[in-house]
Amino acid sequence: MNVELVHIHKSFGVVHANNDISISIKSGVIQGILGENGAGKSTLMKVLSGFIQADSGDILLDGKAVRINTPSDAIRHGIGMLHQDPLDFPPMKIVDNMLIGHDGGLFPNRREVSKSLKELQAQFGFNLDPETYVDSLTVGERQQLEILRLLWLGARVLILDEPTTGISASQKEKLFETLKKLAEQGMVIIFVSHKLEDVEGLCHKIAVFRQGSLVGETAPPYNTDNLVEMMFGKVISLDEKTRLENCEPAMEISNLSIEDNRIQIRNANLTVNCGEVIGLAGMEGSGQRQFLRALAGLMRPVGGDLRLSGKRLTGKPYHSFQDAGISYVPASRMEEGLIPGLSITEHFILSEDQSGFFIDREKAVTISRERINTFNIKGEPVTRVEALSGGNQQRALLAMLRTPLRLLLLEHPTRGLDIESSIWIWSQLKDRCKQKTCIVFISADLEEVLHYSDRILVFYNGKVSQPLDAAATTVDQLGQLIGGKGFQC
Amino acid sequence: MLNKSSAGFKFGFQILAIVAALIFTTVVMLLAKAPPLEAFKLIFTGSVGSTGKISDVIVAWIPLLLATSGLLLTFAAGLWNIGIEGQITLGAIFTTWALRLLQDTSLSPTLIILIGFLAGILGGMIWASLTGLLKIYGGVNEIFGGLGLNFVATALTIWLIFGPWKRPGVGSMSGTVPFDNLLWLPQVEGLRMSWWSLGIGLIGIAIVYLILQGTYFGLRLKAVGKNGRAAFVIGIPTGKYMMSAFFICGAFAGLAGATQVLAVYHRLIPAISSGYGFLGLMVAMLINYQALWAAPVALFFAALNIGSIQLPIVLKLDSTLSGVLQGALVLFVLMMDGVRRRLTAKKVK
Repeated sequence: MNVELVHIHKSFGVVHANNDISISIKSGVIQGILGENGAGKSTLMKVLSGFIQADSGDILLDGKAVRINTPSDAIRHGIGMLHQDPLDFPPMKIVDNMLIGHDGGLFPNRREVSKSLKELQAQFGFNLDPETYVDSLTVGERQQLEILRLLWLGARVLILDEPTTGISASQKEKLFETLKKLAEQGMVIIFVSHKLEDVEGLCHKIAVFRQGSLVGETAPPYNTDNLVEMMFGKVISLDEKTRLENCEPAMEISNLSIEDNRIQIRNANLTVNCGEVIGLAGMEGSGQRQFLRALAGLMRPVGGDLRLSGKRLTGKPYHSFQDAGISYVPASRMEEGLIPGLSITEHFILSEDQSGFFIDREKAVTISRERINTFNIKGEPVTRVEALSGGNQQRALLAMLRTPLRLLLLEHPTRGLDIESSIWIWSQLKDRCKQKTCIVFISADLEEVLHYSDRILVFYNGKVSQPLDAAATTVDQLGQLIGGKGFQC
Repeated sequence: MLNKSSAGFKFGFQILAIVAALIFTTVVMLLAKAPPLEAFKLIFTGSVGSTGKISDVIVAWIPLLLATSGLLLTFAAGLWNIGIEGQITLGAIFTTWALRLLQDTSLSPTLIILIGFLAGILGGMIWASLTGLLKIYGGVNEIFGGLGLNFVATALTIWLIFGPWKRPGVGSMSGTVPFDNLLWLPQVEGLRMSWWSLGIGLIGIAIVYLILQGTYFGLRLKAVGKNGRAAFVIGIPTGKYMMSAFFICGAFAGLAGATQVLAVYHRLIPAISSGYGFLGLMVAMLINYQALWAAPVALFFAALNIGSIQLPIVLKLDSTLSGVLQGALVLFVLMMDGVRRRLTAKKVK
């Protein structure tokens, strides 16, 4: 089956997630979709698989326009999507997972399902027992189950969203082998990833996305530097870089080990000097978020030590971290940072120390006005935070920070903001550095990481690089490290 | 053109909701082959037709208002305190217990009544704290925990009435032995209402209004309720605040239970909570959790309850008809609010 997407547009509020995307994929082709997080890859795939609808544009299958409103429409047209987090039902048996989503009358025929499952498995050398429960499978096996299920439902187009996250090397090899076999049978495989080596090793052609637009398509042989440049775009000129004279060590991180159900970080070491800015680079989900949350006291490390000016904080509750002068600014502003339904003033009251039992509203409004002015927030003291634009929400979050701070942790401090706002926010952050606050931040924007950091840590699949001197690193070097090329730790 | 975001537009939809609820109730009555106009008239005269009726409405209003007051705090913290019925019941049990222990002592009746109130508050708080502990430390949703504890509370009441606290001879559904007149909260001459309990109810809602409007505590509760994760990151100990909400709501519920014993029934009866807890949930939803409206709307609901008492006698209708009207009101108000939001949302797009 040939798949064509023609002039697809999709906006979420002010964000243009897919801007006039046209792409055509012939039967038997493994198409790579490459781009950093938020580039619009997943949005396009969700449009194709019926999870969301495009604002405008057409989907053509074998030259015929089709309307896909739901995932079950999609599978009826032969399009199946494998999600990053498997959409299965862990407490149920494999055979029952196959039956869910299948039209088959009132009484499902389990025996027949088991039989066809075995036949399909034989083709690809998978070995799943239909009678086992899904929660006993590894992530890789659950992926295999999902592929089998989609094939069994008649998928002719298979979309895989970041399929190599969380599976072992041998499972990856098997997955690639399977995908190649399926392509030979004339299927269309759409492989969405941010991992350079994966797409380079597998795909017949690669489409690169950046900020909602399709930047270009390339065919093998691939040029890594070229791909990196396409992914991250051109250099934008920023204000003069200022470097601070560093003083004594502030935060000492020794042999820090962190674990959650997605990622393991082993023995990370770093000493942050006061007034220093450390940038954490890496594709989303490589462990940098867990690292930052461990520094904030929101995640308890499984090993190692955290010391702030010699004071041990490991294992202490979050409020001890706060009392020690550590502040955390989350990326998901409306989920973790701000409280919808409350006004800007109320947020400032919440972030202050309590004085007395009753709130002095008049005083609070006065303070609120001052800060709204200082931080240039476009809103009134009574404006609810959900009514603010993203940039103003970020300004409000920064305005809530206490002074003085020892360590400021930021997740994507300028994500979704225009350049002017970004520069302004960084000028505020740099002012904090002058007051000896040290900053550790995550960003997907390599320019930002290189420009504002003194040193950089690169994360790849839970591994942490040695600190790189930002002044001596180029975008290309950083891009390759992020994609896992030449990674040493 | 009517401005779709205007207050008038909003008010219009609420009126529409009330009309719809009345129509719905009328249809229900027509289906039950009952004369709707007659029934509405009976409810009206049954609630405000005489001084005695009005006093009865106030008697029902007080526990409902106390329950609603407490619930406004748990709702503010984002909690569904379904367990309020059990908390009222435990308040009544503790009050009865205190009175039974102290009635034969030489303490002054005033002091005993005061201790009775405090015991009721304690009972409600203990019961609410169980739901809270289950929720915060056990991961049991407060709706399930509360519902379970409601059943336990009911069973406990029945056991006490037919067991340890039974009347001399044989236990009866009419409850325990009534307390001496000296242990009754002073009533208005010739009426069932008491100025004292009315005062407690009004002070209660005033306190809740103040907490929610003007205190750090209230603002933090709201923060926890509206976005617990962000509240935690900002530095609010969310568990502690949820627990406080349970404690205070339990205190209010216990106070309602104590009032039922001290000012209304003067003994423990099987359904001592009289459903005021559940009704309080409806009032809170209907007023969209705005404390300012709690008193008038609770009064209206109490009037419906009292007004419908006559229905079975005169029209052979069940008195739960008022429940149909109350439920329909809440449903239609919520529904109309949803419709209104949809309309305005479309316009923005």
